[in-house]
Amino acid sequence: MDVVQNLKIMNKLGLHARAAAKIVELANSHRSKLYLKKDGHEVDGDSILSILTLACPRGSEVQARIVGEDSEQFMLALQDLFERRFGEHQ
Amino acid sequence: MNVRHSSTRKRLKGIAVSPGIIIGKSHLVDRSSVKILYQYLINDKQLHREVERFEAALDKTERQLNCLKHQLPNHVREHAYILDSHTMILKDSMLKDSTIKRILSEKINAEWALKKSLEEIRRVFEEIQDLYIRTRIDDVENVCERILRNLAGGNQPSLADINGRVIIVAHDLSPADTTELNISRVMGFITNVGGRTSHTAIMAQALEIPAVVGLESVTAQVEEGDLLAVDGNTGEVIINPDDNDIILYQERQLQYEKYKSSIAKAGLLPAETLDGHLITVKANIEFLEEVAAVRDHGGEGIGLYRTEFLYLRSRGLPTEEELFEDYREVAEIMSPAPVTIRTLDLGGDKFASALEISKEMNPALGLRAIRFCLKEKEIFKTQLRAIYRASAYGHVHLMFPMISGLQEVLDAKRILEEVKEDLDRENIPYDPQMQVGIMIEVPSAVALAELLARHVDFFSIGTNDLIQYALAIDRVNEHVAGMYQPFHPAILRMIQQVIDAAGKTGIGVSLCGEMAGDPLCIPILLGLGITELSMNSRSIPAIKRVIRAISMEEAKRDFQTASMLSTTQEVKDFISGRMRDLLPDLDIQKHLDA
Repeated sequence: MDVVQNLKIMNKLGLHARAAAKIVELANSHRSKLYLKKDGHEVDGDSILSILTLACPRGSEVQARIVGEDSEQFMLALQDLFERRFGEHQ
Repeated sequence: MNVRHSSTRKRLKGIAVSPGIIIGKSHLVDRSSVKILYQYLINDKQLHREVERFEAALDKTERQLNCLKHQLPNHVREHAYILDSHTMILKDSMLKDSTIKRILSEKINAEWALKKSLEEIRRVFEEIQDLYIRTRIDDVENVCERILRNLAGGNQPSLADINGRVIIVAHDLSPADTTELNISRVMGFITNVGGRTSHTAIMAQALEIPAVVGLESVTAQVEEGDLLAVDGNTGEVIINPDDNDIILYQERQLQYEKYKSSIAKAGLLPAETLDGHLITVKANIEFLEEVAAVRDHGGEGIGLYRTEFLYLRSRGLPTEEELFEDYREVAEIMSPAPVTIRTLDLGGDKFASALEISKEMNPALGLRAIRFCLKEKEIFKTQLRAIYRASAYGHVHLMFPMISGLQEVLDAKRILEEVKEDLDRENIPYDPQMQVGIMIEVPSAVALAELLARHVDFFSIGTNDLIQYALAIDRVNEHVAGMYQPFHPAILRMIQQVIDAAGKTGIGVSLCGEMAGDPLCIPILLGLGITELSMNSRSIPAIKRVIRAISMEEAKRDFQTASMLSTTQEVKDFISGRMRDLLPDLDIQKHLDA
């Protein structure tokens, strides 16, 4: 089942290496496949380099699309990660 | 006689990134010399074996990274995430899958295919606007180098098996390399490339190894076992030093050790009064290069970053990018400690070349600082944008100099709002909660302190200008310079007025003039209720010593006594008597003359 949702980046530095690494970690612990899209450009959510190339600053939005059996649960976890600002203090 | 090779003496200058002075033998770590063979493969069997060979090299690299992570000394544990991200890069589809695809489709060997994948990633990253993300390509290169080494197999030199104590000479050291160093064997390191905020510099500082980077071609000039003299304070490196060099370096080494132990004693202790009141002690700086000294002297942040320097060079006005890079670096190095950046405090006369402003009769009372900036809005906005952009990379405060009334604050804040809107529109990150404060250095601002406090986040009392304007004394004029008196009763009352106004409104207040760095002023300033001081880095240890020798209760009594005295001389006599009791070894005469 496909789940699609827009997520806002609220941590101070935007989608930088540490934040991207956390997304990849999450993707690796789920069976479903994650795609992230910004400005019409879609990349694999399990590739730290691809996520970095999206170059998302704070305040911008990405569209997350998850395909697979545990997609809903995965989306909830992803949403939580974004809302917790990737565990950063700011 | 010990006959040595007729090696020639050479002096090089690089960027000093980690302090300390050492003389020792070189050990070359030539990481870029992994020889790459370019090969076409003929049949499927070869191709599949090549893919297997590549995957085996990836596995081996992953094991090495994991191993390194577990060997990290405790004090650099926080950098472990760098190694985690390297493991992720290793398995990334842009690197792994595309290399395997290339081996199979282009029928080339693993090394070649990996090189091609790296080139492609590099092209993609070069397109990225964000400087921080763009430079992550260094991490990808480090990982690729590691894989290439494992592909080559055999006994690649490892930093773990070094004999004797040596100075590491390398093109560059990756974070993994630096953690791999057998610390007890390494005296320091020097590299061809790198900058002040590179991972390697940060690691070297954490490990307290002297380091000089950016020496360009040092790996080509040094031979294995050459004697090296390295000064991690100035960035000087001497290859094959002569006897005089060695004597000089030994002297410097001794001096530095002495300096370090004296600093370590006073500077790094908390600025806490005898009865447990903590005072925040920060540093004033003018150049990026001073930041290291702030840390060494125990500064808890930068209370005043004067930004005029970049505007005073002959090449014309600095660009937003140049300013941003400079501010970002200061913010990053100091983070999480705060950095207060003061906007331009120059007079129009300094811009004569660019703006054709006529010479002023009395520049101290002329079109300068905030007045100039409000008039030349484009110059002002460029700087504000750079400061806001830097705020995303650390803990940045902004402050306006020479505020004389509320209108200037409102006008400046309106321009700030415009800048923020522009940045929002362009999706550029910044800290929306950045504190904005003002300098209190014009007497009219003292009179209006209560009103101004409601519109800003903090005050910073600039006593140098405040004394000059309040007492109508031109410090540079030899006939009246002697009348420039920090202990003038009027000045003490003005400072008190500002502190009271800030206290009523609940905003922060600090003091950043020379008074903050004068030991004799400390009891009175503490008694006045100042809790934050910012000064020249070098003064920090001495000031901390005074703070630690006095109780807040005594300081309050001292201020009460001093505020009842009616002349500067009486205040001076009283305070020097007190200091003789508090710190008998302090050279009071020196401070009185200063």
